[in-house]
Amino acid sequence: MNIVECTNVKKIYQQDKLEVRALNDVSLSIKKGDFIAIAGPSGSGKTTLLNIIGGLDVADSGRVLVDGNVLSTMSQTELATLRLRKVGFVFQAYNLILVLSALENVEFVMLLQGVPSSERRERAKAILDDVGLSDMYDRRPAELSGGQQQRVAVARAIVSNPSIVLADEPTANLDSKTGASLLEMMEHMNEKKHVTFIFSTHDKMVMNYAHRLVSLRDGQVVDDQVHER
Amino acid sequence: MSIDIKMAWRNIWRNPRRSILTISAIAFASLLLVFMLSWQLGSYDTMINSVLKIHTGHLQVQAEGYKDKRSIRLVVPKPTAVSAILDKTPGVAAYTFRANAFSLVSSEERTYGAMVVGIDPAREVNISTLKKVVREGSYLSEEDTNKALVGELLAKNLQVGLGDELVVLGQGRDGSIAATVVKVKGIYSSGLDEFDRSSLHITLKNFQDVYTMHGAVHELVALGKSLEDVPEIKKAVATGIEKMDKKHRLVALDWMELMPGLIQGIKIDLVGGFIFYIILIVVVAFSILNTFLMAIFERKREFGVLMAIGTTPWRLTKLLLIESAIITMVGIVSGIIAGSLVTWYFQVHGIVISGASELMKQFGIPERMYPQLSVLSVSIGSGLVLVITFLTALYPALKVRRLRPVEAMRSV
Repeated sequence: MNIVECTNVKKIYQQDKLEVRALNDVSLSIKKGDFIAIAGPSGSGKTTLLNIIGGLDVADSGRVLVDGNVLSTMSQTELATLRLRKVGFVFQAYNLILVLSALENVEFVMLLQGVPSSERRERAKAILDDVGLSDMYDRRPAELSGGQQQRVAVARAIVSNPSIVLADEPTANLDSKTGASLLEMMEHMNEKKHVTFIFSTHDKMVMNYAHRLVSLRDGQVVDDQVHER
Repeated sequence: MSIDIKMAWRNIWRNPRRSILTISAIAFASLLLVFMLSWQLGSYDTMINSVLKIHTGHLQVQAEGYKDKRSIRLVVPKPTAVSAILDKTPGVAAYTFRANAFSLVSSEERTYGAMVVGIDPAREVNISTLKKVVREGSYLSEEDTNKALVGELLAKNLQVGLGDELVVLGQGRDGSIAATVVKVKGIYSSGLDEFDRSSLHITLKNFQDVYTMHGAVHELVALGKSLEDVPEIKKAVATGIEKMDKKHRLVALDWMELMPGLIQGIKIDLVGGFIFYIILIVVVAFSILNTFLMAIFERKREFGVLMAIGTTPWRLTKLLLIESAIITMVGIVSGIIAGSLVTWYFQVHGIVISGASELMKQFGIPERMYPQLSVLSVSIGSGLVLVITFLTALYPALKVRRLRPVEAMRSV
């Protein structure tokens, strides 16, 4: 069953007087439970594709279906609700909320979902334990290393049991050891919780971990390989 | 504490200097408003009481038309009948009789027109501050005939002092010439220039003899136990005098009818005060606006992230409004506490206004003034600050809804 279906997706950005075709007729289907990397050089359209799948950006044309929802027909509030219920994000720059502790950052998504306070706390602690941060509940982002922040970001992304986690170059700011450990953790989550992971990357290590590798160049899919597990 | 409130509180202290400045601006505005409103409302009480106690009293019974025409023939012919009504009316603290006649007053050197007022010295003490404002010489007594109290400015104009003689020449109630010679027994200075420049007081008995009043007076001047009692007293007195002699119709006039200028002065002062308060609050509102626009500008990326993880635009608006409410409430509560303490101090000790302005003098405002702390003076200004700062915070809080997550996250 496909959880994401992109059909003839186009996205053009206007940079001064120049027209930049970020995505040029991209069609892509992603199955539920996939662990997929979208690779390509800078400017190939990886992040744009991820943003469009996550409902953060809107395609100029084409059709994007996420877990049965046609994104082009949804309002900003509906898209926010979709992101809250079905999509988790992991960003290159972690993007944690600076004024909240690790535990509160993870809890915040559940707060938005209306999960009761005691359950929220319990689940947030459990997920932080899973990502190896059991003794860092009360630390604020500024008191955590890059790898630890990214683990909190992953915990935040998966705590609400989303259908998809979109990770935009999650290892780009991490050393290779930390990056590998993060990928192992995400692969484990993928296997344990059957969450679909979609990465954008140009990191070879991420590409090697991926079960499927889609290559983009100049806004077009140029290769699509399934790796044997 | 909910995460929303925790977030708002911590966000406020991300930039402590700016938040403290904003809170201080709100607190200062609230402090100023509490003090100024207490001052303004308190000064009205002082102003009203000062003017009424030297001049009109809270209520007067006069012949119909006397207030406008001031004719010596428009009299209360049987003052004892009216005093019987006043005696029976609850809330009346004291009353007295007065008679007035415009006359020429001459000293050896000069002649001036003045209002000669006949007073009952014993009763007058309970109604007006005339006795207290006698600066030279002494107050009148019942037995004084041909003795007068003269306003300080009138005495100066006539170039007379204590013991000097004045010739009073006017018209009696029956049309005859009223003339007498009086000696200056006392000189008063009420602070009301107009009053001190144009009045001269003799005993009522003397007045009635000189002006052939045949026992009549022009005014029965009453003082209620408080200003709040005046409407009830007026109603009761009006009902009583309505049943009296139809030939000589009498009317009961309260202080607002007797001194319309006073109410106008208060209204003008109130309007002026409120214009100042609104300007003050608008300045504070701009400070709030600046704080929140800066916050949105600086935290645009964070708002983008919050939207990306599923925060709805309304939730962002709510978060910002909680921040604004906390800042405003901290400012207002601090301002009210500080303002109340400052006001309370001056309510006890008073403030000396040396060289009070001419306008204030006209209204008999004494040099030492006391602000009056009240629920009204504490709540009006703070309520206005609360409403206006909330409305101001709405603009940036609603503006954040227009952000698009991708664009917001791109900003540094």
